Amino acid sequence: MSGTRPDPSKLYRPKIPATWWLRKKSYFLFMLRELSSVFIALFLLVYLYQIYQLTRGPEAYVAFSRRLSSPGWIFFNLIALLFAVYHSVTWFQSTAVVLPVRLGERLVPRQIVTALHIGAWIVVSLGVLILFLALKG
Amino acid sequence: MTTEKTTEPFWWALFSAGGVVAAFLVPVHIILVGFALPLGWITDTGALYRNWWVKVYLFVLIVLPLYHWAHRFYFTLNDIGLKPINKTLAVLCYGGAIIGTAVTAWILFKV
Amino acid sequence: MAEPTITLNVTRYRPGQDQAPTTQAYAVPYKQDWVVLDALNHIKDQIDGTLSYRWSCRMGVCGSCGMMVNGVPKLTCAAFLRDYYPHEIRVEPLVNFPIIRDLVIDMSDFLDKLKSVKPWIIRKEEKPVAQGEYLQTPAELEAFHQFTQCINCMLCYAACPVYGVEPKFLGPAAIALGYRYNMDSRDQGKEQRDVIGNHDGIWDCTFVGECSVVCPKDVDPAAAIQRSKVDTTKNWFQSILMPWGER
Repeated sequence: MSGTRPDPSKLYRPKIPATWWLRKKSYFLFMLRELSSVFIALFLLVYLYQIYQLTRGPEAYVAFSRRLSSPGWIFFNLIALLFAVYHSVTWFQSTAVVLPVRLGERLVPRQIVTALHIGAWIVVSLGVLILFLALKG
Repeated sequence: MTTEKTTEPFWWALFSAGGVVAAFLVPVHIILVGFALPLGWITDTGALYRNWWVKVYLFVLIVLPLYHWAHRFYFTLNDIGLKPINKTLAVLCYGGAIIGTAVTAWILFKV
Repeated sequence: MAEPTITLNVTRYRPGQDQAPTTQAYAVPYKQDWVVLDALNHIKDQIDGTLSYRWSCRMGVCGSCGMMVNGVPKLTCAAFLRDYYPHEIRVEPLVNFPIIRDLVIDMSDFLDKLKSVKPWIIRKEEKPVAQGEYLQTPAELEAFHQFTQCINCMLCYAACPVYGVEPKFLGPAAIALGYRYNMDSRDQGKEQRDVIGNHDGIWDCTFVGECSVVCPKDVDPAAAIQRSKVDTTKNWFQSILMPWGER
């Protein structure tokens, strides 16, 4: 049975505006999640620039660190941190969806998988902190 | 599998790897670089960055999230109506990440 | 005492007559156990016979009555008036589809895409009847079972902003159904479902996740798409790094 198709000249095709993501809370939060990647990249470039200062000697490195104490930079890093944390949490939630975990016959609930990832994240962060403090000299 | 010659899986793999690195490691580094050092909670002369293992770690930390950004931002720009210029966007985004990779390698090598 | 009523603001569009859709308000009796579909049926039977819409089973298994209820894609047989009363209810055709008339949308694009994923068991060689039926363990069934629950209601397409801005996107339900067959142990047709791994297949998806939120049967198409990305990526790397290997 081939069926008939509707007359295309009489169809009404609504247009989707480029601001579709402002119309629904879930779409807006999605956009924020995507934008978190921008702030993460920007921060890493700032970090890279700070590391670059070392090629000019340790005084340049310390001087740049001091520049980062200005209110403007503190504000930028605060925003970057909020976005980075938002990325981490949403990433671990996504991981639970993409990679289902089986314990024998049962499926581990997604919230538990996410929580375990967050736990690992805290442990890794503390690990980095401790290693840095121990090795920085 | 795919009859279309698509390299999407390659970029998606880099996007995923970058996402994992960013998720686990970036927040603590923002705290160190953006707050602990500038506000004097700890002192540091940067001597640690001369160590080659640390350089490898830093390369992974900085470069992979650049590919995460490139892929994600490319798709975001497509989704907000810039699809007609998507070839240009691809060059800017993925090209940016590749340039970032080279610059990072060069700086870490020089330190 | 007058019976309580609730107002439905319903999209009207007459092809060949109207330039664009308009809204018509109808006051229908408010009953505790009525759903939006009951209200639409009341409008058609008692108030305005010219209103057009699709429906069938009225119990959430046929997938015919999908519409936007206050901007959310819903099966109108599952949207209770009491959850909106006393506020007015906006009833519109599913977004992201062309409108044929009133609340009826053109679903040909979805049907074409569904067909393109070859949603049937594909065998390299058919098993002769004399050899008996295919056997499947409970675990093998579990691997794809939730993705069999799709009723083709297209709420996921209405929820997906990527499908909205890119009509070539294969879309949640079609990909989920392709994945259902790829994950079925009886199937040997993964290579033939190459439309899934193409640019307008899984790779257009940015994991907004709204498709799974609105799905009335908990199919979780978002999960199917992301897992397909993992599978396709693994296969891609294997074919590059070990081209001699058997897939």
